[in-house]
Amino acid sequence: MPNFFEDNEDIKFHLETRDLEAIIRLQEEDFKEKGEFPYAPEDVADAQDNYRRVLHLLGQIAAEFIEPRAEEVDLEGPKLVEGKVVYSEGIAQALGRLAQADLMGMLLPRQYGGLNFPTTIYAMAIEIISRADASLMNIFGLGSIAETIDDYASEELKEKYLPKFASGEVTGAMALTEPDAGSDLQACRLKATEDTERDSWRLSGVKRFITNGCGDVLLVLGRSEEGSEGGLGLSLFLCEQGPGLRVRRLEDKLGIHGSPTCELHFDNKEAFLVGERRLGLIRYAMSMMNGARIAVAAQAVGIAEAAYRRAMEFAGSREQFGRKVRDFPAVSEMLTQMRVSIEAARALLYDTAMVADLFRGLQRQFDVAAKEEKKEIRGRLNKVKRLAGMLAPMSKYYASEMSIKVASDAIQVHGGSGYMKDYPVERYFRDARITSIYEGTSQLQIIAAMGGLTSGTFSAALDEFEFRGLQRPLKGIFGKLLRARKATESAISYIKKRGDSQYTDLKSSTLVDMAIDTYIGYLLLRDAELCKRKVWVAKKFIEDMLPRVEMNAKRVRSGARTTLTHFSTINA
Amino acid sequence: MSFRSIVLAKQVPDTQNLTARAMKPDGTVNRAALPAIFNPHDLNALEVGLNLRDKFGGEVILITMGPWMAAEVVREALYRGADEAVLLTDRRFAGSDTLATSYALAQAVRKMGEVDLVLCGSQAIDGDTAQVGPQVAEKLGLPQLTFVQEIEEVRETGVVVKRTIENGYERLRAPLPVLMTVTSEVNIPRPPRAKLIMQYKKARAPVEVRIEAEREFENYTGVDRDEIIAKKTEERMAALRDQGLLLTEWNLERIEAQEERCGFAGSPTKVRETESVVLRARESKTYDPTEEGLKGLVEELADSRILG
Repeated sequence: MPNFFEDNEDIKFHLETRDLEAIIRLQEEDFKEKGEFPYAPEDVADAQDNYRRVLHLLGQIAAEFIEPRAEEVDLEGPKLVEGKVVYSEGIAQALGRLAQADLMGMLLPRQYGGLNFPTTIYAMAIEIISRADASLMNIFGLGSIAETIDDYASEELKEKYLPKFASGEVTGAMALTEPDAGSDLQACRLKATEDTERDSWRLSGVKRFITNGCGDVLLVLGRSEEGSEGGLGLSLFLCEQGPGLRVRRLEDKLGIHGSPTCELHFDNKEAFLVGERRLGLIRYAMSMMNGARIAVAAQAVGIAEAAYRRAMEFAGSREQFGRKVRDFPAVSEMLTQMRVSIEAARALLYDTAMVADLFRGLQRQFDVAAKEEKKEIRGRLNKVKRLAGMLAPMSKYYASEMSIKVASDAIQVHGGSGYMKDYPVERYFRDARITSIYEGTSQLQIIAAMGGLTSGTFSAALDEFEFRGLQRPLKGIFGKLLRARKATESAISYIKKRGDSQYTDLKSSTLVDMAIDTYIGYLLLRDAELCKRKVWVAKKFIEDMLPRVEMNAKRVRSGARTTLTHFSTINA
Repeated sequence: MSFRSIVLAKQVPDTQNLTARAMKPDGTVNRAALPAIFNPHDLNALEVGLNLRDKFGGEVILITMGPWMAAEVVREALYRGADEAVLLTDRRFAGSDTLATSYALAQAVRKMGEVDLVLCGSQAIDGDTAQVGPQVAEKLGLPQLTFVQEIEEVRETGVVVKRTIENGYERLRAPLPVLMTVTSEVNIPRPPRAKLIMQYKKARAPVEVRIEAEREFENYTGVDRDEIIAKKTEERMAALRDQGLLLTEWNLERIEAQEERCGFAGSPTKVRETESVVLRARESKTYDPTEEGLKGLVEELADSRILG
């Protein structure tokens, strides 16, 4: 029976070899729910076994139920009928199926009917779903909205909504973007007025490009402080679909057709404050975005996996000049780079997800700790927080650009056939294209990751790796990694010494590329120690990466700023 | 209005996902190469029961007869939300043909008390006899609706169904209690539920506990071996029972079956010979991709009764 978990040795590799113990212990708070809930694990091994079984179930549904419907979903798309959004049939069926299988509340605590799984496992689930139908992930992956409610909303709101999220009875949306506030969310204008009589708020304004804006429960960023400007005047609100809220239009998009993208009109819509006033953007939306970044990275990896598999299949059966096209070195190279870059992105993704889990677990531990204990936890917490803050944007940036490249190359491998709608690779390409845009464009991810490079978080993270007693060829690989690290760090210090913020911005993508290449190199070497095949994956990655890093170092250190000095001359 | 359903299910080799290793050189089934699965049509039968329960209340009880490995079917039923599931297992059931199987199953159903519906898959994908459901109905004296493709109505007074026949269907009405065998068209079986998988994954039937203990002490040669195994088995069964994880297991005595009507003794079907038929293309005809050629191909297919 086809199964998108069982047939994916690389996901299984990460699930089996990553040390999840610390995360599981934090997540399960020393297995306190054992006995209270019949499905709570009793120890680490039991929890890991649960993850495996649930991913098996999900992998089966993805392969047998979701994937066969994906083409139809892409053709059909959602419809706006008398102000109501109707999902395409395949999406509605798939959501029903996932809900039947208890898979809609993976992240939520058990007390609300969730599975209490860590983000790492959830990211694996998103990857598996996205391989079957990337657009379904946009609704499935909005589980981080429920997580935000869980983290910050009042008990009352939690009790009311979280069980419905867990059972799949409701889906959610996060309404942040506005016509004049895209990347720059501080410019949000949607007006929020307190209704003291009803102990609630009223929202008026427009939100645009809202994924699943037709969802039953929305988290909305609104300006609660009248006359204020900037991020500190914004708060987060929860409201339900219904009178006062209208889907004004559905966007017609390049890809992810199954996912409805809505323009929302709020007209004195009743809503409830989530958490504290003024923290809407700077704390809650940011935390939601971090989850969403990991989700999009996982989505991107899933799409790339689907595209790569099709390309391999085609290249192994299509013959030209009397040979399988797979056997022409130019095509072999393309396929190999696709595979290696997918595994590279996956290594970074699950490393990032684990750090995010560690952060969330430590944060929870910190919140309830006694004063003396707090001191002890704080140091670790801050370190993990900085690392998570660097890795999440890196992961999203790398995975999404990789996905677009891999999907594009999958078309290339197919030749003319790939450009035709008869094959799914053109759909994968259209679906992949959004991943470097939403939840923060690549350019914004780069800015977010830069902080980690200049603050020393990057170097500290590399110092954490311990490679002792390496044998050949790992020793040689490690030597190359050290050269990549040196080149990257010298470029970072060049930039810092120069102290020219415009120049830093100009070179930041080059710098972040170098840092990601190097960091992934470390991750792949770590994996190579555990698995023979991975030795060659690491070798291939580093062979390609080291010259690229050294070239990038030259570019950064060149001081070339022609774009800045002669932009208008060239773009005349 | 609520309904109490008994679902009869079988564990079968997965003949729908055949590999080259599925058959031994002598033409018999290589069970080791075929994963054992819940007979697909029986999942449809289980879904009928679960669906009725979810809509109208009541309960769904599954019975599966087979060797100890069939405990997996019991767990699968629990993963999907069956209220109760019974493993009917006994060495004396081994070698049962459809007559002996239906006898044992009918005896087990009798032990269940009042029942509204007995639900079976139309056939098992290994033997494809489609005999067990009807035979159980006969033994229990129940009306039978076989090859049900659609259930139109279920009331306390009876059911109305569409039954698949060649070139169409017939609409039938029957009073309750009734035995139905269903085809794969009747519904899409629900998936297992993640929470129930995690809850029941460690559930074991007594026979499994015993076998586990026997394996554990396989190499132990002390004179008290049997004693130790029995003690371990008892201890573990008690622990499982405390956690609500001991599966229900019935044997020949429990269903008050007559031994001579079970297993080999109760099975008049005797396999005299099996022939391994290897299909080979001996001759081929080529048709041109033209109107003419196409016409010729269709005529040939019609003549050889592959079409029409």
